[in-house]
Amino acid sequence: MNKPMRDTRAKTKLRLVDCDIHPAQKSPATLFPYLESRWVEHLKTFGTFTRQALVGQLSYPRMTANGMRIDAKPEEGPPGSSLQLMQEQHLDRLGIEQGHLVALGRGGMEERNPDLSAAMSRAVNDWQVAEWLEPEPRLRGGIVVPQDNPEAAVAEIARRADDPRFVQVIMSTRPNEPLGDRKYWPIYRAIAEAGLPLCLHPAGYSSGKPSTGTGWPSFYFQEHYTFVPGSEALVTSLVISGALEAVPDLRIAIIEGGFSWAPALGWRMDRHFDTFRAEVPHLTMKPSDYMRRHFWWATQPMEEPKNGRHVQDVIDWIGWDRILYSSDYPHWDYDDPDFIFKFPLDTWQREAVFGGNARALYGGRA
Amino acid sequence: MTRLPRIDVDFHVPQAPMADLLGYLDTYFRQQVTDREIHTQPFRLSSYPANSPLTCGAVLADRPVPEALDALGSDIAIASDLHGVVSLHNPDMRAALMSAVNDHLAATWLDTDPRLRGSIYVSMEDADLAVAEIERLAPDPRFVQVLVLAAQEAPHGQRRFWPIWEAAARHGLTLAIHAGGVFRLAPSVAGWPAYQFEDYVIQSQTFENILVSLIGEGVFQKFPDLRVVFLESGFAWLPMTLWRMDKTWRGTRQEVPWLDRPPSEIIRDRVFVSLIPCDPPGPDEVRQVLTHLGGTDMLLYASDHPHRQFDGHDPLPEGLPEADLPAILAGNALRAYPRLAADPAVSRLAPRKQEAV
Repeated sequence: MNKPMRDTRAKTKLRLVDCDIHPAQKSPATLFPYLESRWVEHLKTFGTFTRQALVGQLSYPRMTANGMRIDAKPEEGPPGSSLQLMQEQHLDRLGIEQGHLVALGRGGMEERNPDLSAAMSRAVNDWQVAEWLEPEPRLRGGIVVPQDNPEAAVAEIARRADDPRFVQVIMSTRPNEPLGDRKYWPIYRAIAEAGLPLCLHPAGYSSGKPSTGTGWPSFYFQEHYTFVPGSEALVTSLVISGALEAVPDLRIAIIEGGFSWAPALGWRMDRHFDTFRAEVPHLTMKPSDYMRRHFWWATQPMEEPKNGRHVQDVIDWIGWDRILYSSDYPHWDYDDPDFIFKFPLDTWQREAVFGGNARALYGGRA
Repeated sequence: MTRLPRIDVDFHVPQAPMADLLGYLDTYFRQQVTDREIHTQPFRLSSYPANSPLTCGAVLADRPVPEALDALGSDIAIASDLHGVVSLHNPDMRAALMSAVNDHLAATWLDTDPRLRGSIYVSMEDADLAVAEIERLAPDPRFVQVLVLAAQEAPHGQRRFWPIWEAAARHGLTLAIHAGGVFRLAPSVAGWPAYQFEDYVIQSQTFENILVSLIGEGVFQKFPDLRVVFLESGFAWLPMTLWRMDKTWRGTRQEVPWLDRPPSEIIRDRVFVSLIPCDPPGPDEVRQVLTHLGGTDMLLYASDHPHRQFDGHDPLPEGLPEADLPAILAGNALRAYPRLAADPAVSRLAPRKQEAV
């Protein structure tokens, strides 16, 4: 038997696409130039209003410098807020051809005030254009939408869809309802009509519901894990609700939600589909067929079983054409492409995961 | 092939009719329950509606209990009654009715079929009352586990529940966590699913979080004798959860300093999972999951009777290694259940696995 070994040739001559880079604002005031004065005054007076106890921070303190790479802190502002540092220590160093911005937080995704949520999404998208996409052509944007204000979300997609620098639409994995809920279907139709993929990326902000089906965990060690079942629940909901039957050309990238659970979830849904079939006559295929038709999966945080080849078994089930490299720069659990695979990849697999699959998914925009 | 002894760790007896519980209540609660016509209510958990194909779809579902045990070839079966009284908010009435369910189980099933062993069914919402119930029934050696549902108001590892786990461990009772819940909270962070199919699928995700909770809070270090069994949880998700926990532990161990080893090592010999439902679709996938899991030591044979989890008469899925079958069918249960190991009628069925020489 071959001894599993690290795949160390990942970076060489690859046209690398990184599907998960987090830009940050230097301060809340960074967004003010992109907001109407009414909302600037509102934010100064009332701030944001989300479904959690604390303003602008989480009740599960992160590890390692507020969840960030210690070396990613610029002289001014938080990690991810300096384009120059991002270029030096990430884009240039890894030789990234394209990097996809996932603008978390302050994008209005979790804001309760419906009008403020729409205004903040618009502002974050304008900010991406002005401060990231204009000065750095290697970067691509993600359209942040106020997902729980579907009408405004659809309008925001329409506002951005013609700008080829935006390559996807971003929704939080902590929405108010399971994402298969019909209130979200107009958003999915707008995304599909724009020819864009949907990116589902976890955010630490609360949905107002405990982060597990049995209550709030105590430790960040446990809260970190909830991103996995949280993403599993959304895939389950999108498949079983019939949303993917209603919007058959919707393509969804699961970013930072893990991928190694995909086979077990597909098997589980298929196993019990037989039992519950009469309840869900709207499904015309077995659930795993919807998973294979609709989903792409990002690598970070990469699984590291003792035998690295077990990851290969998982990807064999998912399909090597559906795995997307992601770094999660500048977060503490960042994945370097040179270290993530603990088994040797074939050249075609390496080319697919580190760029080819992203270029295929994001079409002319990536 | 010679017939191997079977210990079925997840066998459901018919739910006790409310009227049958009246005789186990004291005067006060008997009057409360009858005056308020509480005993006329069905008390079915919405996870298992009476006529749903999941609840009653098994081939043997209509057979009386002894015949079902015969047909399944069970030498021993751990019986439970997932009674809906667990969902009552009134802590005293809930405890009284759950005691009645447990007494009814003993009188109706444990007294009449020597193959059956019992579950001490408790609510986690009042630890004092749960401990009292464990103390009340622990002297009866036929009760081999403390049974709680998966979806609770708070994760199972939290310190508020430690008195219950302490009492269980002290009496050699295994903590069994069964699928289902009291629906106090949304069953996932995403919210309330629209379909029962979806609700059932995501229950295994709750078990993932329960395992991470028990590990992260240090329950296994605090109670070195406690064994935990997941019932109807599925097991295909386990390898991924162990990979992820081990990796996250490396980055977050300062926060949980009592975890002195990777979580996957801590749960060895402490956590067991029932074989049913077996989600992998065929023998190749079963073998792959077991390879990723590092073997079959955590697996316990179960039928989940009368829930529909298998076609035909035999719950045993294909793809299990032949050499491991005696352990999966009975031997592992002796490691999971100290009370079964101590019961000569049971332990003679399945000699404990020999240590490797």
